[in-house]
Amino acid sequence: MPFDVTELVIAIVKALVVFVALLSIVPVLIWMERKVIADIQIRIGPNRAGPFGLLQPLADAIKLIFKENIITQGADKVVYFFAPAVSMVPAIITFAVVPFGDTAHILGRKVLLQVADVNIGILYILALSSLGVYGIVLAGWSSNNKYSLLGGVRSSAQMISYELPLGLALVGPVLLSGSLSLREMINAQGRAGVWFIVPQFLAFAVYLISGFAETNRAPFDLPEAEQELTAGYHTEYSSFRFALFYMAEYVNMVTVGAVATTIFLGGWRGPFGNIVILQPVWFLVKLFAILYFFIWVRGTLPRLRYDKLMKLGWKVLLPLALLNLMVTATVKALAPQSAIPIMSVLSLVLVAIGVIALTIISARSTRTPASGLREPSAEGAFYTWES
Amino acid sequence: MGELIAFVVLGAIAVAAGIAVVVVRNPVHSALFLVVNFFCLAVLFLVLSAEFVAALQVLVYAGAIMVLFLFVIMLLNVAGVFESQRDPLRSQRGLAVCLGLGLLAEVLAIAVSGAARLPSGGGTLPQDFGSPTLVGLLLYSQYVFPFEAVSVLLLIAMVGVVVLTKRSV
Amino acid sequence: MLSAYFPILVLIVLATGFALGALTLSHVLGPKRPNPAKSEPYECGMRPIGSARQRIPVRFYLIAMLFILFDIEIVFLYPWAIVFDHLGLFGLVEMIVFIAILVVGYVYVWRKGALEWE
Repeated sequence: MPFDVTELVIAIVKALVVFVALLSIVPVLIWMERKVIADIQIRIGPNRAGPFGLLQPLADAIKLIFKENIITQGADKVVYFFAPAVSMVPAIITFAVVPFGDTAHILGRKVLLQVADVNIGILYILALSSLGVYGIVLAGWSSNNKYSLLGGVRSSAQMISYELPLGLALVGPVLLSGSLSLREMINAQGRAGVWFIVPQFLAFAVYLISGFAETNRAPFDLPEAEQELTAGYHTEYSSFRFALFYMAEYVNMVTVGAVATTIFLGGWRGPFGNIVILQPVWFLVKLFAILYFFIWVRGTLPRLRYDKLMKLGWKVLLPLALLNLMVTATVKALAPQSAIPIMSVLSLVLVAIGVIALTIISARSTRTPASGLREPSAEGAFYTWES
Repeated sequence: MGELIAFVVLGAIAVAAGIAVVVVRNPVHSALFLVVNFFCLAVLFLVLSAEFVAALQVLVYAGAIMVLFLFVIMLLNVAGVFESQRDPLRSQRGLAVCLGLGLLAEVLAIAVSGAARLPSGGGTLPQDFGSPTLVGLLLYSQYVFPFEAVSVLLLIAMVGVVVLTKRSV
Repeated sequence: MLSAYFPILVLIVLATGFALGALTLSHVLGPKRPNPAKSEPYECGMRPIGSARQRIPVRFYLIAMLFILFDIEIVFLYPWAIVFDHLGLFGLVEMIVFIAILVVGYVYVWRKGALEWE
């Protein structure tokens, strides 16, 4: 393997820049969340630590480092120690394939503004989000607390259930662009002249809703909310370990937002497309728009009960994502040249179908008996909780 | 050269993790060492330029199947049950050692005699070897029948899992 | 092509280093004053009733199995989506057959109630 020191240095610098940028976005996001939710709830939010409360996340982090690490007796110490790291690391390295700009010319060399341009970009992202489940289920199990175990297992069941619509929703844009590489996806949006949110609006909606559930964010945060199950998988975590879980959740949010920006909102493309300096700026603007939407949803919608949550994932989002990809494939097979304009019109129809499906399923579920009762016509029962 | 280093390092970690899977008492730790093993295998696939298979290894094997294993371990609550039991196959240890030594001797004999040596100086790989494009072109044109058979296999698995977890009233 | 993955390795090293470093730092900097009341598992203030390692319900196994099966389906969809232009109508039809068989399975699972009560 030819060993090029300059390439090596460039790779290390890019990874370092992305790493530092990510870890700097997280405190900004935490501050933004607290301020926006306060705004929605007509109160002020943090305003003591620093101007406009900007140093609040830093103050929280410093406080948490100096707190005592309480380990429950009987906990599996090794797994308990590593679970926050297992949760954090996949969230960060997903960012390696997100492009935040086109090619820059630095010191005479062409540098791709992306840490690693691999041609299995989307599969890489899906693989790492599958790995994100481990941190949670291991944290729940190793805490020697039955509520943590239950919360961890429920949370991970929720995450794996929503990975299916997430994966299926992304096949639509892949069909339209013909490549798994995220850089190619942005180029395809450039060639098509329109962001993929227009011909793939249903896919975007399914992806975003699945993204809410993947990151355990409201309204899907039942397994980890403080009022339920005593905070679920991170009940027994104190001090900086809890901070790592908290940060991992925000990094996951940023990742979902970044992938949605790249695939559906055109990534770094903006009106002044050729000025390389502005491209990361556009990327961040779109990213923060999606993150603001995340926070807005959290402040507005009530929490979904767990069985309704799973029902939504399996019975509504999965068929809708499948429908979207089948329609996209059929349109592309029958009219390969004008696939995108046709899809742009059809996507509105599909979204209408989606809304109708959602209404039907939710109307039916308010008529079924509560989960403790069993319908007499059901064909046999599954094992109950106690067996 | 770099590939050789990568192979040795990853192979050593994979073998150590594999041994740990069998040796460690706690089943959840066994499952975690198996995940480490799968990870090493995925990186070895990358070293062999099979990036699609590497992604699949992590996505399906380490990400889905091992999660199932963990759920099953927690479902059966095996961790508490087996920690204090003695080894039920103790009488077979002698036979196991003999067979293991025989296998080792056989492998060494083959390695020394060169019967399994691959031709050196293999050709260069095409540019997109192991990429999803190449896999897709092959899979959906030449291997259509196995591909459709996979869907029937998955259907059988779905029916099977529903039947297994159902209890008639 | 393998060299394209090297920056990922750098990022992995950075992320792991940060996570483990932060964990060790908090281990070192925090006070250590264990007492029995603090290290009991939290159960809303009462003494924990029963062991913590309970069995989880079997429907989690069901969900995990169904996840694997549909995950494999998704994995087959991605290379197909990439080479879709080269395959033409034949590609569309073969994938429709594949998905149709899996939809039959999905409807079966739905009707049998495996997706309920969770």
